Amino acid sequence: MNNILTVQNLIVRRGGVKVLDIGALNVQESRILALIGPNGAGKSTLLLTMAGLLKPDQGEMCYKNRPVKSSADRSRMRKSVCVVFQEPLLLNTTVYKNVALGLKFRSLTNGEIRKNVEDALDYFGISSLAGRSAKTLSGGESKRVSLARAFALKPELILMDEAFNSLDPPTRETLIDDLRHVLEETKITAVLALHDREETLRLAQDVTVMSEGRLIQSGATAQIFNQPDSEFVANFVGTETILEGTVKKSNAGLMEISIAGKTIEAMGNYPPGQDVYCCIRPENITVLQDTPEKTSARNTFKARIQKIVRQAFFYKMILDCGFPVVAYVTVSSCDDLGLCEGSTIIASFKATAVHVMKREK
Amino acid sequence: MELIVQGIIKAFQLIFSFDPEVLGITWLSLKISGTATFISLFIGVSIGTLVALTNFPGKRIVISIINTGMGLPPVVVGLFVTIIIWRSGPLGFLEILYTPYAMIIAQAIIATPIVMGISLASIQNLPPNLRLQILSLGASRMQMVWVLIKESRLPLLAAVMAGFGGVISEVGASIMVGGNIKGYSRVLTTATVMETGKGNFDIAIALGIILLLLAFLVNLLLTQIQQRQHPR
Amino acid sequence: MKMFRSSQWIVALIIVTALVVLGATGVFAAPKQRNIILATTTSTQDSGLLDKLIPIFEKETGYFVKTIAVGSGQAMKMGEKGEADVMLVHSPDAEKKFVEQGYGIKRRLVMHNDFIIVGPGADPAKIKGVKSSADALKKIASANALFMSRGDNSGTHAKEKTLWKKAGINPDGQKWFQETGLGMGQTLNVAAEKKGYTLTDRGTYLAIQKNLGMEILTEGDAALLNIYHVIEVNSAKWPKANAEGAKAFSDFMVSKSTQNIIKTFGVDQYGSPLFFPDAGKKVEDLGK
Repeated sequence: MNNILTVQNLIVRRGGVKVLDIGALNVQESRILALIGPNGAGKSTLLLTMAGLLKPDQGEMCYKNRPVKSSADRSRMRKSVCVVFQEPLLLNTTVYKNVALGLKFRSLTNGEIRKNVEDALDYFGISSLAGRSAKTLSGGESKRVSLARAFALKPELILMDEAFNSLDPPTRETLIDDLRHVLEETKITAVLALHDREETLRLAQDVTVMSEGRLIQSGATAQIFNQPDSEFVANFVGTETILEGTVKKSNAGLMEISIAGKTIEAMGNYPPGQDVYCCIRPENITVLQDTPEKTSARNTFKARIQKIVRQAFFYKMILDCGFPVVAYVTVSSCDDLGLCEGSTIIASFKATAVHVMKREK
Repeated sequence: MELIVQGIIKAFQLIFSFDPEVLGITWLSLKISGTATFISLFIGVSIGTLVALTNFPGKRIVISIINTGMGLPPVVVGLFVTIIIWRSGPLGFLEILYTPYAMIIAQAIIATPIVMGISLASIQNLPPNLRLQILSLGASRMQMVWVLIKESRLPLLAAVMAGFGGVISEVGASIMVGGNIKGYSRVLTTATVMETGKGNFDIAIALGIILLLLAFLVNLLLTQIQQRQHPR
Repeated sequence: MKMFRSSQWIVALIIVTALVVLGATGVFAAPKQRNIILATTTSTQDSGLLDKLIPIFEKETGYFVKTIAVGSGQAMKMGEKGEADVMLVHSPDAEKKFVEQGYGIKRRLVMHNDFIIVGPGADPAKIKGVKSSADALKKIASANALFMSRGDNSGTHAKEKTLWKKAGINPDGQKWFQETGLGMGQTLNVAAEKKGYTLTDRGTYLAIQKNLGMEILTEGDAALLNIYHVIEVNSAKWPKANAEGAKAFSDFMVSKSTQNIIKTFGVDQYGSPLFFPDAGKKVEDLGK
C-alpha cells in the first residue's frame, strides 16, 4: 500500500497549549480513514494541518513522498487536497457558481469547468439545484453542494470534518450511502473526522482513535471495533460491556475467565492469573426465553432484566447475570417475548464474541 | 404656510424648467460627492479588509479608532483640512483651498472611516472557516481576499450608501474648504445655506428637494441591486 | 443566473462612478489662470452685486475670482494670515487698524449704503420716526423690547457695537438682547419670527423684505452709514498673495464703469439702488 500522506512527530500549539501531538500517522492511498474521538480530541486541528492550512509548530509531513515544509509547499499541496468543513460555508450565489468556485482558481476553460461542475452535481444527485440560490437550500442540500464543490476539483485527498453533523436522520442516512458510493467510484483517498460509531462502521476502512491531541490506536475498522486495545477505545467504539476478570485456565486458544465469581469462555492465549478486560459488543448477545437445547454459544447465563432503554430501532437492555451485560434486542422480538424490567431470561454469547484485553494493575 | 406652498411650487418650476444654475449645482454635487465616495471605497475597503484579515498587536485599538472615525464631525474635518491646505499650511503649495479638490479630500476623509468600519465589520462577520475553505479550494491569498470582498458585497453596498449619503448632505466641511464659489464649488448644501440666508426660501426649498430626490435615487438604485441578491 | 445580473449591476455602478471621476477631473481643471481669493462680507454676496460684477471682471482680466463670503471680522482674519488676496469689507475701525498693522495696503473707498433699524409694525418701543440711532436704541433698551444682534464679528455687528457705545448702553447679558451668530438674512428672519428689532444693511433688507413683514423704523442718521472699502493684502508680508490680481480687482472696483454699474444696481428690482458709488470721495463727505 502506498502512503499518500505521512505525518511524524507533529506538534501543534495554540496559545502555548499543546493541542496536537502525533507520533506517526499514515494515510493510505485510495482508502477511507476515519479519525474518531470525543470532541476536543484534536481531529479538526489535525485535518487542517493535513490540508496544508495550518503550519505545525514541529514535525514532518510528507505528501506523496515530498516533504511539506514551506508555505509554498503547503500552497502547492492545497491544489490537490481539499477540506470539507462541518458547516457548508457556501457563498451567497447560485449552486452552480459555488461548485465552480474551486475550478475557477485553476486555469480551466469554461467548458471544462461546466463539465466538472455537472459531473459533481450529478454525483450527489443535485443537478436540478444548479440555478438555485445557495441561501434557499435546506441543510442536507447545502451539505451536498459543499461536498460537490470539493469533489468537482477531483482532489487526490479529501478531508472531511464531521460531514454529517446537524443533519436530520433520514437526510444523513441517504447522504452516507451516496458519499460511500462516490468514494468507492472515484477512489479518492478520504480522511473523515467522525464521532459517531455507526457512521464510522459504514464508511471507514481504517480507523484512528484520538484523544486529547494524541493517537490512541490505529488499524482496520474491524480490528478497532472488535479488538480495542484499551478501555478508552473500547468505550468509544461502543463496546457496551467491559468486564474486569482474571484468566483461570488457558488451553490452546481457549480461556476460562472468572468474572465476579462466574466463569466465561473466551478465545485468547493469556496465561492463567493474568488480569484482563473482557469486551462484549451488545449486538453479539442473544436473549432467549428458555435455555436452548442445542447452541453453539459457549456462554449461557440466567439473567434478570434490570433496565430497558428504548433506542432508535431497538431496545437496549441492561442485564444482570451476576455481572452486568448490555444487550440489544429488536423491538419486535422484545414484544414477542413479552419482556419487561424484572423478567428473567437467558443471555448467551459465543466465546469468539468476547474480546479480551490485557489489564494492568 | 403660504411660504412653504409657494416655495414648493417655485421649487418644482425650477426643477422642471431645468434651470441651468440649479442643474449645474446638482451635477457638481454629484461629481464631488461621487468622486469622494469612490476614493473612500478604495481606501476604506482595502484597509478595512486588511485590518479584518490580519492579526497584529494593537488591532483592537486600531478598530476602535476606525469606529470613532465613523462619527467624525464634518466641521472638524473641514477645519483640519483648511489648516493643512491653506497658504501657510504644510500643503499650502498645492493651492487647492477653495477648490472642488479640497472638497473631495474633505468628503473622502469623512466617508472613508464609514466605508472602512463597515467593510471591516462585514469581513469579520463572515464565518471564520470560510477563509480556510476558500484557500483549501486552491485559491491564492489574493483570490481568497477577492472572494471574501465579493461575499460581503451587500454590507459594502450599505457602506457606499452610508458614505455617499453622509457626504452629499454634508455642509460644514464643504463650505469651509470649498468656499461656496458660484459655478465652481457651490454644491446643493452650501447653496441651500446661502439661499436661506438670503431669504430666497423658494430656491432653498428647490435645492433641498433635489438633495432629497438625489439621495432617494441613489438609495433606490443600490437597494435595487441589494434586492436582486434575494430572489423572492 | 440572478447573480449574473447583479454583478453586472455592480460593474455598471463602478463604470458610472469612474466616468464621474473622469468628468470631474476634466471640469475642475478649468481655472488655469491665476486665482484671486476675495474675502468679503455676506452682504455684498447676498445682495447679488458680486454675482453681477465678478463675471465682468473675470472677462476683462482673465483672473478667476474665488469669492469667500464671510463676516468682515473673519474676512480680515483671512487677510491677516495671507489666506486672501483682496478684501471688500465694511468695518472701518477694524480696517484702519488692519492697515496700520501692515497687513493691508491701499484702502480705497468703493461705495456705501446705509444701515437701518427695522422692527415689527406694532413697534412696542415707539422708535418710528426717531432720527438719531442712539436715541432709538435707548428707547428699545428702556422698553425692554427684544433686539436681535448678529453677534458674529461682522461689519454689521461692529457697527451695532459702536452704536450701543454711542448710546451709552451695554446690552450684553440683558434679557431683551439676543445674539443669533448668523448672517444678515438669517438674522432678519429670526427677528421677524420673534417680532424683535434689529440693525441691518439696507441692501439685504430690501432684497428679502417680501417675506419678512417688518418695517423700517429708523433711517438717515449719519452714524448709520455703511461704508465699503477695498483693501489689498500686503504682499510684502505675504509673498504668496496674488498682489497683481489684488491690484487689478481693486482698480476694477473703483473704475468708472464699475461705479456706474453700482449706481444702478437693484433699481429695476427694488425701485431704488442698493449701493451708492463713492470712489474718489472722502468718508467725511458721505451722507451730506
